[in-house]
Amino acid sequence: MTSPLAGYLLVAALLFAIGLAGALVRRNAILVLIGIELMLNAANLNLIAFWRFGPHPEALTGMMFAIFSIAVAAAEAAVGLGLVISIHRHTDTTELDKINRMKG
Amino acid sequence: MNVVFYLLAALTLAGGLAAVLLKNLVHCALATTVAFVGLALLFLQLDAQFAGFAQILVYIGAVAILIVFAILLTRGSDLPKGGVFSRTWFVGLVIAAGVFAVLAWAVLESVRAVPQQTTVPAVTVHDIGNALLGRYVLPLEVVALLLTAATIGAVIVAMHEKERPKP
Amino acid sequence: MAASPLFTNLDQIFILLRDWLVGFLPAAFRPAAGVALGAIAIVGAFPGLFAVVVLLERKGVGRIQNRYGPNRVGPFGLLQPIADAIKALIKEDIVPYRADHVVHFLAPIVLLVTVFMAFAVLPVGRNMVLVDMDTGLLFFIAMGAVTELSVFMAGWSSRNKFSILGAMRGIAQMISYEVVLVLSTVSVVMIAGSLSLTRIIAAQNSYSGVFPHWYIFTPWGAAGFLTFSIAGMAETNRSPFDVPEGESEIVAGYHTEYSGFKFAIFFIAEYLSMISISGLCATLFLGGWSAPFSFLVFIPSWIWFFSKVILSLCVFIWVRGTLPRLRQDQLMNFAWKFLLPFALLNLLVTALWRFMGEGWMRWVICTAILAAAYVIMGRVSMRNQHFGPRRYRYAE
Repeated sequence: MTSPLAGYLLVAALLFAIGLAGALVRRNAILVLIGIELMLNAANLNLIAFWRFGPHPEALTGMMFAIFSIAVAAAEAAVGLGLVISIHRHTDTTELDKINRMKG
Repeated sequence: MNVVFYLLAALTLAGGLAAVLLKNLVHCALATTVAFVGLALLFLQLDAQFAGFAQILVYIGAVAILIVFAILLTRGSDLPKGGVFSRTWFVGLVIAAGVFAVLAWAVLESVRAVPQQTTVPAVTVHDIGNALLGRYVLPLEVVALLLTAATIGAVIVAMHEKERPKP
Repeated sequence: MAASPLFTNLDQIFILLRDWLVGFLPAAFRPAAGVALGAIAIVGAFPGLFAVVVLLERKGVGRIQNRYGPNRVGPFGLLQPIADAIKALIKEDIVPYRADHVVHFLAPIVLLVTVFMAFAVLPVGRNMVLVDMDTGLLFFIAMGAVTELSVFMAGWSSRNKFSILGAMRGIAQMISYEVVLVLSTVSVVMIAGSLSLTRIIAAQNSYSGVFPHWYIFTPWGAAGFLTFSIAGMAETNRSPFDVPEGESEIVAGYHTEYSGFKFAIFFIAEYLSMISISGLCATLFLGGWSAPFSFLVFIPSWIWFFSKVILSLCVFIWVRGTLPRLRQDQLMNFAWKFLLPFALLNLLVTALWRFMGEGWMRWVICTAILAAAYVIMGRVSMRNQHFGPRRYRYAE
């Protein structure tokens, strides 16, 4: 790596790609949500890396952005998992291939 | 680049890979937790103490537990017939690889253009508190509203519905 | 009053010992060696305190239940912890055939490591904290949050219905009371102005006349202390909140399938987390290592800290022996419908205290608000329970 910032950004990009692959490749709805959480975490890592190494005329923006992102991700995980549980109760499956009918 | 960064990056990426590749759902959830721990340690290495501990508290203490509860309540411990990967897995992999290629190219090309500081921005918890209630008070209130709506919404969505009489 | 050099040295004796030992090494290794020695001291001292607490608990609960505790091993049963340790080490380690071996093995390790990490930010005496973090309290609470995950790992990996039921109950209880715990510490942070535990103690370390400025002697501090103690008892699955591991309810809950050394690790981790919650309670509300009266300052600070911790532990043991176990729904009702509104009101009262200025008026108003809220909320939540006179039925 030529610079520390590039190292962190590459790790974040790789984690994002892994999360995206998980969301696209797996059958279970909960694993799609896990992939989404990994993607959000990769974005947070990007934010904090730029906060640390980038030029900072105001010293707080990156950290605040990351903290709000953590809070929003937690709320989204809660609602998403509530939806998965509700769908399971309705159709008795969590596989995305089987939830392909609007009749209910 | 020091050894600690490589170790933490390896831990995080191993956790992420295990999370999307393992067959047993609960093992996937625990591997995600390992990825979260790796990320929290990376935040701590970047001198973002508040973000690192908030990551541990929120992600490992709450989101990981939500995920495992959802796995338990939807009986995810049984393995589905037909494998765990969907039929179109190859396309998904290609897309993810393409995204990573674009991002990596963008990072490596443009990182020369960003001037890099080596001094740590001096942010204490005091400053964060003042900023949360000073400059960022509107996002704080909006996030509070969002969390309230998410709590009520999650409870309503996952509640047991009353049995409707069949016509 | 000036302390003589003897008492100052006695106060700092562990720091002086560490500096002397570390002085043998070249200068480059000294900070790391200092921290390593501090970590070894923590790993040695707190399990030692654990052995004392185990014996104290068995004798104490025994006396409350009108029987002697263990009194066979050694005079008055004083060598009982050694017998317990030998038993735990030589028992056979049985893992069920269908259990998930990797997760089953990792669960007690994760729990023990996390509980030990929480001790790193507790100031045991003057200048005696392993890592003086700017966000020490947040670190402590984060470590408490990670213990919930190991409870789940233990319960799920055993593939046993009792274990998984105990784990789910335990996690639900720990999450609910963790919210209450954090809210009751926020008032202290508000008044002290910092998340760092050393600065919170420094804010309480002054005396007006003879009496100390501990936070428990203020209305919001007393309410916070009560809320924190109750939530701390529930966080560590201590009776009367021990439904997840209640012996008469669900065998042993999430550690049903653990035997021998792994069970001993769960046992140690439960008592160590109880000790660390007591330590945090002493730090936040009882002034940490500061002496109760200004003329007692000459006694070393670490003696005061450990006395306060042992006093809190005695109260925990007393409550365990006295109160019956709460049912799961009673437990959750208590957390969400009583303690959480009370903790939020405590936050409001703390803000009122801070902005009202000195004088007798703020004492009266804050105490009145808290007492009225306690009585009103208690009456409202008990309005459907009609307790008549007691009726006894005897066997014929």
